[in-house]
Amino acid sequence: MKNLNILFAGFGGQGVLFAGKVVAYAALIANKQLSWLPSYGPEMRGGTANCSVCVSDEAIGSPLVTNPNVFVAMNLPSFDKFINAVEPGGVVIVDSSLIDKKVERDDVTVYYVPSTALADENGVNGLSNMILIGKLFKEVCMADGDYKFCDGDILDQAVQKCIPARKAQMLDFNRKAIQIGQDQ
Amino acid sequence: MKVLMKGNEALAEAAIRAGCHHFFGYPITPQTELAAYMSKRMPKVGGTYLQAESEIAAINMVLGASAAGIRAMTSSSSPGISLKGEGISYMAGSDLPAVIINVQRGGPGLGGIQPSQADYWQATKATGHGDFQILVFAPSTVQEMVDLISHAFDTADKYRMPAMILADGMLGQMMEPVELPEEGSAQLPEKPWAASGHGGKRAHNIINSLYLTPEKLEELVKERFARYEKVKANEQMAEEYLTEDADIVLVAYGASSRVARSAVNKAREKGIKAGLVRPITLWPFPTQALQRAASHAKNFLVVEMSMGQMVDDVKLAIDCKVPVHFYGRTGGMIPTPAEVLEQIGKAN
Repeated sequence: MKNLNILFAGFGGQGVLFAGKVVAYAALIANKQLSWLPSYGPEMRGGTANCSVCVSDEAIGSPLVTNPNVFVAMNLPSFDKFINAVEPGGVVIVDSSLIDKKVERDDVTVYYVPSTALADENGVNGLSNMILIGKLFKEVCMADGDYKFCDGDILDQAVQKCIPARKAQMLDFNRKAIQIGQDQ
Repeated sequence: MKVLMKGNEALAEAAIRAGCHHFFGYPITPQTELAAYMSKRMPKVGGTYLQAESEIAAINMVLGASAAGIRAMTSSSSPGISLKGEGISYMAGSDLPAVIINVQRGGPGLGGIQPSQADYWQATKATGHGDFQILVFAPSTVQEMVDLISHAFDTADKYRMPAMILADGMLGQMMEPVELPEEGSAQLPEKPWAASGHGGKRAHNIINSLYLTPEKLEELVKERFARYEKVKANEQMAEEYLTEDADIVLVAYGASSRVARSAVNKAREKGIKAGLVRPITLWPFPTQALQRAASHAKNFLVVEMSMGQMVDDVKLAIDCKVPVHFYGRTGGMIPTPAEVLEQIGKAN
């Protein structure tokens, strides 16, 4: 596979770091090299949050993704901040229920997913991040192409790894959210 | 089996598996996960986790535990390490081994909470007052954090001196796959010098750093420095990456070495013969690896997350044989591979 450098960016509390963790565990299970790096602030919720995830066949150099080849934009300030940093030829996944702008570049592939609205409508409130994960895996991590490194089985194992035992009841909601994302 | 762990958590688990069952700390970002992990795990292994009333108290608890002959550790981030400086000096003056972890953040003062390497001078030259050195290890991956912890404890015990793991907020916060050593695999050395209680069966051991007779103090310091010469001869560690044919050799440690490695790979793609010497021990400084690289390279480029604290050590190590350039970001900023690549182009 080609080196996959993903940037997730949004507000604290949206599950930005959790989304990154799902990719990281999928890469671990798929026996790839990987790094997961949160950008941290003093606050747990409400501030901007982003998460760099690198997946590769080779040792990861800098774990900080400044020029992502996949950018998952989860709010408008993050969209504005990073949209021009995406590498030409890259993929952008936009939560179009929170971001009402269109991407003005023509050198990137864009998927608009109204994930926050979809989560509310489908009884998986708060799992907008997992809807975006569904789309990300469908279009990038599991899609035939440069960045394919896993399949649906590995994704499901990764989700199981990320959900602690005391929240086991959340597993099926997460699976449902991922399916919604993959249906988009 | 590999597991996914944050650097801070991996340091903690690896320390426990290295036989360290006594941890004394005080919270500070970006190392708090380490202490938090210790607080959960230590009771399960029958160890002691204690949140002290201050960093100064914590390091002195480490001193006491070490004097009793047991493996002890503390961790903090830059401003907290400054507070520990006094205790570290006392430990060096008492010939006590221990491991101190610094997950560096931007300074000076309270500075910021983002990753930094601005404590290089403090770690390698003046952790506290007086004539002394400590061992300084600089991991660059979560796996290396795990591997260096037990090595740091062993080396500290071997030479009876404190050892520091000099990490930073990036390494502490990031997750990578790691393979941990088996639980219970640590081999702990005998410590016949320890003040551990003996029921009157031998002459008592004294752990002390106060010597009012200058002749005696000079003798002790000289004995310690003779030991440091052995450390310098035997304990240097560095990774040499693509240096054999390199025209330009980057020198970087820890987080910035990862950026440098990415830049070296990009430079190679462009046909520039770039290489990297990555110091793993910052004290002793890996002069042997640098001298090997200087025998054929035309330029050196030091990359740091500071204003250039390691540059002079590189110049001294290679006797200024080739020009030594510098590129750094500071205050919590992390250089990008593209920035470093541009500097390679300028220097080469």
